[in-house]
Parts: sequence; structure tokens; C-alpha cells
Amino acid sequence: MLELKNISFNVSTDGADKEIIRGVDLVVPDGKLIVVTGPNGGGKSTLAKIIAGIETPTGGSIFFSGEDITRLSVTERAKRGIAFAFQQPVKFKGISVKDLIRIASGKNISVADACEYLSSVGLCARDYIDREVNASLSGGELKRIEIATVLARGAELTLFDEPEAGIDLWSFRNLIDVFRNMKKANKNGSILIISHQERILDIADEIVVLKDGRIDKQGKKDDILPSLIGTTSAISDCAMMNPGKGAE
Amino acid sequence: MMKLDEIQKRLLREVADLHAVPEGAYNIRSNSQSAGRQSTANIEITPKTDVSGLDIRIKAGTKNESVHIPVVMTQTGLYELVYNDFYIGEGADVVIVAGCGIDNCGSQDSEHDGIHRFYVGKNAKVKYVEKHYGSGSGSGKRILNPGTEVYQEEGSSVEMEMVQIKGVDDTKRTTTAKLAAGAKLVVRERLMTHDEQRAISTYVVSLDGEGASADVVSRSVAKGNSFQKFDAKIIGNAPCHGHTECDSIIMENGKILAVPALEANDLDAALVHEAAIGKIAGEQIIKLMTLGLTEAEAEEQIINGFLR
Repeated sequence: MLELKNISFNVSTDGADKEIIRGVDLVVPDGKLIVVTGPNGGGKSTLAKIIAGIETPTGGSIFFSGEDITRLSVTERAKRGIAFAFQQPVKFKGISVKDLIRIASGKNISVADACEYLSSVGLCARDYIDREVNASLSGGELKRIEIATVLARGAELTLFDEPEAGIDLWSFRNLIDVFRNMKKANKNGSILIISHQERILDIADEIVVLKDGRIDKQGKKDDILPSLIGTTSAISDCAMMNPGKGAE
Repeated sequence: MMKLDEIQKRLLREVADLHAVPEGAYNIRSNSQSAGRQSTANIEITPKTDVSGLDIRIKAGTKNESVHIPVVMTQTGLYELVYNDFYIGEGADVVIVAGCGIDNCGSQDSEHDGIHRFYVGKNAKVKYVEKHYGSGSGSGKRILNPGTEVYQEEGSSVEMEMVQIKGVDDTKRTTTAKLAAGAKLVVRERLMTHDEQRAISTYVVSLDGEGASADVVSRSVAKGNSFQKFDAKIIGNAPCHGHTECDSIIMENGKILAVPALEANDLDAALVHEAAIGKIAGEQIIKLMTLGLTEAEAEEQIINGFLR
């Protein structure tokens, strides 16, 4: 279980402090899928980075499985079972897909096992396992590899920062199955997804709406989702592919 | 064959992946003496009489054979200048493995200067692997100054893999190549310097015949207070293709100077240079940390991949 207590995060720009997160309390229970939505600039990605340890909160504390992890590094949090899928996958020179999956799994897994993770994100494993994770791969391919490495972590808590960003519609629809399968495979594992996609919101157990750095709404999917349809907090998948024509 | 001690054996493993006496033709040079030599029916190795070094003659049409000529030095204060000439016959297809390992536990400098000249016959194909390595805790420097000259006849192809990852204090590497029509040269250089090391790598490649091509790519990492200079010049004297690339990572106080040069003397010479120098991207380190590596482990993975 993850618990955020009164988390705040400020940045200073041009000498003035700007509050990005303002006193957020949030519980992510074991076995649950929570989706955090809300308008752009509301602090969603920052919140995910604070949980992963990439950003340090200005105030408040974070508990994971009962332990205060507020001051722990990214590495220490990863070792305790927090995985993080980047919105923009990172590219490397000379590091292969196989290398990344092996590092993620924490052991020298077989090529066959590494291929399983690629297959589950819809990539033909044989074509990708030895490829370098570099700019020769398309944005959609990199994104799927990013998700495969996170699956390989088999973590207790998996964070996804806008998993829909940069992928095509076909992949996006398959992504929903990836989340469903993750839930099935690890009944105690919890998932926190940053997204304003209606289809992703639709598979949530709970929805959290973050606005201006505060929790605006929070509750069971069926209670929250209807009020979000037609706003930027719940965009349909076709609208996602045609920016500008989406619901405003 | 002369018996080698454990340090000499370790150096041989580092520079030539040799765990035992190699198959095919070889000459192992240890502390300025030949520790073993073997010619084959197609590859003849003979010592030079006027200067220190070897003549290596590979018969025309020789296929799938290899030559190993590693050098190891374990005495402090040793200086040697060696000339090795390779005559590769028409249509031959061979692998040549060179390389030098120096272990200097003493206070005097140890230096190996190797001049390798390749005369590559028509349509011959050569893969050349050269690894340099230094070890030892003495204050004496480990110095390697390789000079490589390549003369390629029509339709020949040369692929060179030059690797210097650790322990060499001072290097001046000079590679020159002259290519006739349809000849192809591919160079892959991997270089890492640390502490107070200096490495200067200079290439001058002349594309003299129609359809000649060269691809010279260097990947390097400069750590500590080390300094590297990469100076690559491609000259197009005919309709040809030339590409040179220097891709470098700097860490701590490492410094790198990249000096690209292209000279086109023919209207149909197509020459390209790329150079990039920078520190490791922070997001790469963070990504690997989210997979459970420490910052130091993440850096190591990134460097290992980069220099692979």
C-alpha cells in the first residue's frame, strides 16, 4: 500500500515560489488500479515523479508498505518494489532491448523469458530483442518497450505516466489489455496511471482528479467518470488521435 | 614456445582474447623477444633483418585464415619501435589480430611504438582487430604509439576495430589510408581514458579512386583529468563516399577536442562529418535507477553499452 500524507511541491521561477502540488493526501491500496486525471498543468506527472523519487517533495511524507520512504533515493524505492514507466521513453546508445529487460527483471533471465514481455506488448520478440534502444526505433516501439521493461520489474506498485502518449490507436487499445492482464497476474500489485483517456479511466477501480495541485474529486470509477465525460479529463481514443477535434 | 608467466598470459587474454596458443599463423612478442612463431602454408611470418619487426605475407586467394601478432611487455623501462608489414595477396580473406598489453610495476616508462603497414591486394578482404591495454601499479607510464598505414588496391575491403579501454597513459595514434577505385574502409574506434591519461587519434584517409568509400567512427569516453583529441580528415580525390563520426562522453574533468576535416577535390566526392560531445544524459541515469541500479551502476551500464 502506498500512502501520501500532505504532499506539497514548490518550484521557484524568477524568484517567485510556485506551488505545483498543494497538500495532497492519497492512498493506493494493494490490488487496486487508480487513475489520476485532471487538466494539463494540474501536477499529475509531478506527483508520479514524487512517488518514484525523481522529484523530492517540499513537504509531507510518503509511506510504502508501512515504511517512510520520503527520503529514499530512486534506486532504493525501485528495490522496495516501485516501478515507473516514463512518459517519454529514454533512448540509449549500445544498450539493447534484452539488456534493459534483464536489468529490469533484476536477474539474468533467458532470452525466451525476455521475449515473453515483448510479446505481451504486441512486439514480435525475435525482431526486437537484440535491437538497440535508440532513435532507430519509432516512438510507438519505444513506448511499448518501455512498458515491457516495467512489466519485467514485476513490482508491487507500478506507475505509468501518460502511457497513451506517442502511440497509435491500435497499440493504445492493446494497452488496455496489458493493464487488465497485469491486474489478473498480480492480484496484490497496485497500479497508478496518469492519464486522461476515457478508456483507461474506464478500467480504474478509483479515479482521482487533480486540479491546480489539489485533489478536486476522488472516488469509485462509477461515481466519478460520468461527471468527467466531455471534459479534457476524459478524452475519447478517437479524439486523442485527432488533436484539436477533441472534447473541450 | 617460450613459457609465459601469469601476468603475460593475462595481458594476452586482454589484448587478443587468447587463452592458449592460437590456431593458424602467429607471432607472440614478449619483452622485445619472440616468445613463439608459426607460419602456415598460406601465411608466412619472417623477422625483418634491418629493423625490429616482421614481414607477414599472405598468399593470394587465402580464405578464412587468421594471423595473431600480440605484444606483451612486463619489464619496466623498456622502449621498442617495431615495424610490421602485411602483404595481403589478391582475393585473400583474412582476420588479423594485433594488440599490445603493458604491465608496468616499476618507476620507469614502458613504451611500445608499433608501425603497421598494410598492402592490400585487389579484391582482398581484411578484418583487423587491435586492442591496447595497460596495467600495473608502478609510477612509470605505459605508452603506446601505434602508426597504421593502409594501402588498398582496387575493390579491396578493410575493416578495422581499434580498442583502448584501460590503463594506457599516453597514446598517439596515427592512421593513414589510401584507397583505389571501389575500395572500402571501415574503422570502428573505441577509446576510454581516465586519470591523467592523454590520447591523440589522427586519421587521414584519401579516397583516390572512383567508388572508394570510407566510414570512420570513433566512440570515446574521457574520465578523470584525461584528455583526448580526435582529428579525422577525409580527402575525396575522386567520385567517392566518406563519412566520419566522433561521438564522445565526458565525465568529471575529462576534456575532448574533436577536429573534423573534409577535403573535396572532385565534384562527385560526397563527404560527411558528424561530431557530438557531452556528458551522460541525466534521464538515462534516472531511467536505469528506476530499474533498481545505483547511480554508479547505471553509469557503468551506459558506458559499457556506448563502448560496445
